[in-house]
Amino acid sequence: MEADGLGLEQALALAAGGGAGLSPEKRAALGASLLLLRRDYRFQRVRFWGRLQGLRAAYYIADGRATDLAAPPQRLYSLNCVEWSLLPPATEEMIAQTAGLRGRFQGDPSYEYESPERKEDSDRIYEDDSGLFIKEETRLVATIEQIDRAVGIIPRGAFVKTPLGPVHENRNFEGLSMTEAKKLNSYFHFTEPVNLKNKTLLEKADLDPSIDFLDSLEHDIPKGSWSIQLERGGTVVILRSLLWLGLTFYHIPMTKQYGYVYFGTGEKNMDLPFML
Amino acid sequence: MADAPAAGPPQDLPLYEPPAARPQEPGPMPGHGPYQPHEPGYGLCAPQGGPCEDPTSEQPPPSPRELALINAKAYLLQSSTKSGLSLYDHLANMLTKILDEHPINAADIIENISKDVKWAQFQKKMDTLRDEYEILPTFELAEKHKVLFLKGNGDGDQEPEEEITDTPLPNVMETAFYFEQAGIGLSKDEYYHVFLALKQLVNTQPIHTCRFWGKILGLEMNYIVAEVEYREGEEEEETEEEEEEEEKLIEEGGKEGSEVEDEDEEKDDDEPPKSTYKPPAATPKEENRTGANKFIYFVCNEPGKPWMKLPPVTPAQIVAARKIKKFFTGRLDAPIVSYPPFPGNEANYLRAQIARISAGTQISPLGFYQFGEEEGDEEEEGGSGRDTYEENPDFEPISVMELVESLSNWVHHVQNILMQGRCIWINPIQKSEEEEEEVEEEEKADESDEPQQEVGPPLLTPLSEDTEIQNIPPWTAQLSTNLVPQYAVAVIQSNLWPGAYAFATGKKFDNIYLGWGHKYSPDNYIPPLPPPVQAEYPSGPEITEMSDPTVEEEQALRAAQEEALAAAEEMEEMEEEEDDDEDD
Repeated sequence: MEADGLGLEQALALAAGGGAGLSPEKRAALGASLLLLRRDYRFQRVRFWGRLQGLRAAYYIADGRATDLAAPPQRLYSLNCVEWSLLPPATEEMIAQTAGLRGRFQGDPSYEYESPERKEDSDRIYEDDSGLFIKEETRLVATIEQIDRAVGIIPRGAFVKTPLGPVHENRNFEGLSMTEAKKLNSYFHFTEPVNLKNKTLLEKADLDPSIDFLDSLEHDIPKGSWSIQLERGGTVVILRSLLWLGLTFYHIPMTKQYGYVYFGTGEKNMDLPFML
Repeated sequence: MADAPAAGPPQDLPLYEPPAARPQEPGPMPGHGPYQPHEPGYGLCAPQGGPCEDPTSEQPPPSPRELALINAKAYLLQSSTKSGLSLYDHLANMLTKILDEHPINAADIIENISKDVKWAQFQKKMDTLRDEYEILPTFELAEKHKVLFLKGNGDGDQEPEEEITDTPLPNVMETAFYFEQAGIGLSKDEYYHVFLALKQLVNTQPIHTCRFWGKILGLEMNYIVAEVEYREGEEEEETEEEEEEEEKLIEEGGKEGSEVEDEDEEKDDDEPPKSTYKPPAATPKEENRTGANKFIYFVCNEPGKPWMKLPPVTPAQIVAARKIKKFFTGRLDAPIVSYPPFPGNEANYLRAQIARISAGTQISPLGFYQFGEEEGDEEEEGGSGRDTYEENPDFEPISVMELVESLSNWVHHVQNILMQGRCIWINPIQKSEEEEEEVEEEEKADESDEPQQEVGPPLLTPLSEDTEIQNIPPWTAQLSTNLVPQYAVAVIQSNLWPGAYAFATGKKFDNIYLGWGHKYSPDNYIPPLPPPVQAEYPSGPEITEMSDPTVEEEQALRAAQEEALAAAEEMEEMEEEEDDDEDD
């Protein structure tokens, strides 16, 4: 998760198997500006989340967390990796509003989309239509939140849950072993668990409550929406999401290093069931 | 310590051994519980004397040293609020481990031992079998990579001069550098491995030109694709062999067919009638070195693994590939299960997608390539236009700003693939002589059914002529850096085929594809519907059902007929009588 400073270099090198990366200029700029962000916003850690490619420009996204790691992170975006703007926190309403928007991002944060509902109510022209235009910024926030929720993953054992509730990073996490790393159930979604309660008692007996408190990837629908590969001669495990094309998770087994970055167009791959 | 009033030791000190365990322990511990002697709660929290305590025995109060010891132990036994581990237990475990294992210089590695012990807590205690030494595939791959780095033994004898000049090997690292400026590309390590793998390919195959085409991602494994052109005459042997095999198969099939027919004629009565349906002849594929088969493609899963040649692409495969959208698994022999059924396996699908991507996204700056001297009339049948180009020796580099501002400074240098699936249109009605004779006997094709000739944009059309995708421009052009425009590189990426990039600066340019191998469409993919049910036969009066006439109708009809007959007979009799009368 730590991808600032030296971690960023390595993260990019490992995630570059998919073809996307950052130019040396951007990388250098990020090194400096992420540190400044940490100072200004008093984050405990800042990381480079990814790049969302628009038609005219690309958005570079970073997210920062304060001490409580389970709280939602604050997200920032930039068009040039130097000046960053804070994004508003995502709400369910935003996600619902932008659900109907399709197509590429424009690359201009103030670009306004016509809400699809507006087109149906064409009679109501006299009404105030300020609420029916959706800004690209809102769409950006909703998309990032959806991506994090759907495909933000961590390896098993990286976080522990104390009996009192708060989630901490596991300082003794030394990485997954090679055999574990190739299995989908060694990775968890880093969001509120949905499927955990549905497990049978027999399955729950095998779980360790301090580590297995999140949903694993095994039961993702549709089945097969993750591509798991060994790259670089087998030293790195790379998981690529097929639902949100462009999300790459990397982990070097038997070490503490892992993380994910998103390099893509910000569109969900709705054709996934046909493509498998 | 002065004597304190008899009161049991406070029981709420954590993990403090109760006095019952140590009968020699004296009674109250003044000043060490939560309640000090002067506080009102003192003495109330503990029962007055435990069951085993002998109130009569008066033990001497503990010496300060013992007290300190007990306190220290109590402190050590305190569990941590964060992890529930107590220092006492941890130290005990650590010392046990050290005494069991007897490591050398234990004092130096004590921190690591401590970490290991803590880590061991998180591991499930499995059975006590010894761990199997895993022969990981990573080691095999590392072996293969190592081979790449060694120079081949046979090549050492060749004169090094030959290799340095005029090698078909492209300078992959140079293109990697330019793409990196734009923020695109694989990691340097991977590029270098690809570079060496290409070198291996060039050494083993007779290759005229070679280019790193790109990388296509797959579910289980990825593909590294190299675009290759054979030297003249080298690869014709293979095609001849293939054609001979095909002809043999057809002959054998024909012989079998005729034999079967003979038998059938004898048993004609028993066999159901054979259908006269002949499937429409497949569009013939383009010759090698022309059109969609201009280049040969080699793929490998990882640099170091053997290169595999992809078969040439047929128009049927391109047409089918346009209708389906499937992820690649990474195995060339995987079947493609789809509707409409794809004629081939993953190797063919991969080849078809590579052909489509090349035709759609291989671009170069305007003027880099020009047409050769005119070869023959343009008015030849088919009007296929020019299909060869050559490098322009007088190319003047276009400035980077101009390349980015206007798309008309870039041109496609790969032929467009028509709807038919070929680059040069062929009339499918041209049949061989034998078939034509049969056709004339049975039916004649209407001239109006002849398919229209398809025309596509000619070679070297500028990008400004590309159609938009629903208001999205088909290409996005950018400079690699805004801060240092003197050394910037013009980068252009395709919105139609996400993952296709091209860069140009000065006299250098290149294309690359890094992606999943699918076209972008803003609408969702809709699989084609199955065709409508075929009509069995045209309906006409002969076969339309009509209700049978009822008995009354039949009788009425017969009565009417008899009347008519009777009337006719009367008429005849009357005529005969008249004739007779006349004769007389």
